[in-house]
Amino acid sequence: MCGIIGVMDRRRQRMDGSAIKRALSMMNERGSGEGAGYVAYGVYPEYKDCYALHVFFDNTHETKRIVDTTLEQWGTIVHDERIPTYDQPGLRAIHIPWRYFFKPDPNRMSHSRSPEDDIVAQIVMRINTARKGALIYSSGKNVGVFKAAGWPEEVADFYRIEDYKGYIWLAHNRYPTNTPGWWGGAHPFNLLNWSVVHNGEITSYGTNRRHIESYGYQCTMFTDTEVVAYLFDHLVRKHGLDIDLAVRALAPPFWDDIDTMPEAREKLNRAIRLAYGPAMMNGPFAIVVANHDAMVGFTDRIKLRPLVVGECGDRLYISSEEAAIRAMEPNVERINMPPAGEPVIGRFVV
Amino acid sequence: MSLGSTPLRYRISIDRERCMECERCIENCSYGVFRREGEKIMIDSRKCTACHRCLAMCPRDAIMLEEYPCDYRSHPVWTRQAREAIYNQAKTGKIILSGMGNALDYPIIFDRLVLDACQVTNPSIDPLREPMEVRTYLGKKPSRIEVKKKENGDVELVTELVPNLQAETPIMIGHMSYGAISLNAQLSMARAVAETGTFMGTGEGGLHERLYPYQNHMIVQIASGRFGVDIDYLERGSAIEIKIGQGAKPGIGGHLPGEKVCLDVSCTRMIPLGSDAISPAPHHDIYSIEDLAQLVRSLKEATEWKKPVFVKIAAVHNAAAIAAGIARSGADAIVLDGFKGGTGAAPRVFRDHVGIPIEAAVASVDAKLRGQGIRNEVSIIASGGIRESADVAKAIALGADAVYIGTAALVAMGCRVCGSCYRNLCPWGIATQQQNLVDRLDPDVASKQVANLINAWTLELAELMGAAGINSIESLRGNRDRLRGYMLDESLMSVLDVKQVGA
Repeated sequence: MCGIIGVMDRRRQRMDGSAIKRALSMMNERGSGEGAGYVAYGVYPEYKDCYALHVFFDNTHETKRIVDTTLEQWGTIVHDERIPTYDQPGLRAIHIPWRYFFKPDPNRMSHSRSPEDDIVAQIVMRINTARKGALIYSSGKNVGVFKAAGWPEEVADFYRIEDYKGYIWLAHNRYPTNTPGWWGGAHPFNLLNWSVVHNGEITSYGTNRRHIESYGYQCTMFTDTEVVAYLFDHLVRKHGLDIDLAVRALAPPFWDDIDTMPEAREKLNRAIRLAYGPAMMNGPFAIVVANHDAMVGFTDRIKLRPLVVGECGDRLYISSEEAAIRAMEPNVERINMPPAGEPVIGRFVV
Repeated sequence: MSLGSTPLRYRISIDRERCMECERCIENCSYGVFRREGEKIMIDSRKCTACHRCLAMCPRDAIMLEEYPCDYRSHPVWTRQAREAIYNQAKTGKIILSGMGNALDYPIIFDRLVLDACQVTNPSIDPLREPMEVRTYLGKKPSRIEVKKKENGDVELVTELVPNLQAETPIMIGHMSYGAISLNAQLSMARAVAETGTFMGTGEGGLHERLYPYQNHMIVQIASGRFGVDIDYLERGSAIEIKIGQGAKPGIGGHLPGEKVCLDVSCTRMIPLGSDAISPAPHHDIYSIEDLAQLVRSLKEATEWKKPVFVKIAAVHNAAAIAAGIARSGADAIVLDGFKGGTGAAPRVFRDHVGIPIEAAVASVDAKLRGQGIRNEVSIIASGGIRESADVAKAIALGADAVYIGTAALVAMGCRVCGSCYRNLCPWGIATQQQNLVDRLDPDVASKQVANLINAWTLELAELMGAAGINSIESLRGNRDRLRGYMLDESLMSVLDVKQVGA
């Protein structure tokens, strides 16, 4: 199960979180009260050049110093603070959510084409692998993940999601099966500017994980979805693929279809499948992924999970359910269900 | 003779009530167990290898075969095999030869691994209703692809793919040479792989012209003896395989006895009639990984970079490091042959005691190549002890791209694993060059049987994948999450990188 929804405004008009909270709650049938989360792009305009690191601390006495020291080794902490939260009766606060606005020093990562991103990715992997009571679950610029173990309304109210404004929002209502509903296991999963929400299970996780870990990514969240964020980072940032080709790698056409394509397309698709075979994902999934340039939704190749797309003016909606989209935008136009494996990509017009 | 004779290993008897003395047993037994003396068919059980030809051909089911009719004093250490080997060597002073695969009772790791299936949270996929992709490309893959955008917005591929073998199933047939096995046996398998869209190896015996029609499904082998190798041979193969070692006999060469080198074999191998065909332990030009890399490059150069080049090694304890070297030699695939691998003839001591199981070799090679970030750039083919489709699925989940079967294909043609392949007397017409025996194998029938086997295993593999919620072979490859160790010790599970059942 799980319910997912994403919305983007193609003119980068920011929306507050109240509508998406309403939409996500519409899909409570798809959750079990053990995990919900939101991510918003464009949420920290005042620190837009800094990496916003969201960290779950078990406590701030022992573990915060480790994170502080690590960050100071690699750059400058421009500002840090406890993320404001508001007690909810049904939500047991286990971690202390903290945010850092961090500027890495590119000189400390020589021989890298994207030294700042590489520094931040390294820090995320190091802190999370050490697992000493600190978990970095959000690390992009001008982007923030807000998640916890609870129902969508509770999590939204816990963070007062309506106080934040973003031009892309993704949200997730979790029905956990692989791992208990712990905070780190709630979606969205994020690395740098990539955020992922997912309904389903990735049966190829064993293969995908072994593949991505051979490039230095470490899977630490005990669940299959995080690998999707790393795969996008690897394929798009490291290998320079366009987002639509990255989706092609993760949910490629069947060989029978590739065999009958016109030559140039056939060659391209064959090459993608051969080069990125271990990255392809199998099993039931509907996924929405975003970064600052685009929002993309796609399903597995035989569409074992639902995905609905709607449009209204400048807004693009992708969700598990039409009702959720309508909860956000009753006047939604052009509702459709994309074919299996076919990506729906929303890009900005300005 | 102070040692005397050893007891019979098998006892053959005939139910005289049922026997109609048709003499089919006499005709069929190439080992000479049966003979007629006057009114009666006589039996010399001492010559029996338990090949079952007489049982299979007796129209009245009148023949019975028992093992160990006379036992030694039972002893857990001094087994029959141990004692008889000593008697044998005390008499002859020679190396004991044997055929087929490892005959010792090692635990089989495949049988201590169980596959996973989906329930509820993850739907299983029904191969009867949904597409299942078992197609496998073998060869070098690019580490990344480069594209460029054309003005009209079309994306154009810049990276050039190197030639790969496209197999419609990950099940291929390994190398068994003409010489070791009969031409009819090779022909049968060649037709089967052509029909099922997969590949087979020629072995090191050259390529007989009757196999030319199937050359697009043949992988030509180059072993240290270089038998039958010329540019025509290289160009005919769909891929070229350099054989460094073989699972049944790591570290030693090959030896085809002169009596198996008939005129046709001598022509195909390009050696004199009746001469022993000896493959030395090392290749005369390969004493280091650099030498291997040179040979890989020369073979590619000779065939205009149109053919994948595979390198086959026996699974040994440092196979992972060797494989990393091979991957960097420019080779397109690494063939790992485990110590359950079969052979026409090997010293028994090697067959039974040297090497490591294929399961461990595949797992460690896959891990090593991943550790170096080059796993997807080279293919891994696992062989040596693949007995059923579950073994195929497990080998792939441990990290293989495809498997070679050997003995299983022979068994599909009728072989009863009697283990006497080196004697040129194979009563099933498989491991022999005696024309009267070779004629017993009908390629029309045998090819159908082999194709049936490949098809049946492929269907089972698709079912296993579907049960695991996977619809393409890429997602099974190296997917250790779909395997669990059952009654395996912790250290072996860590080599295999699988979790315990229930975990």
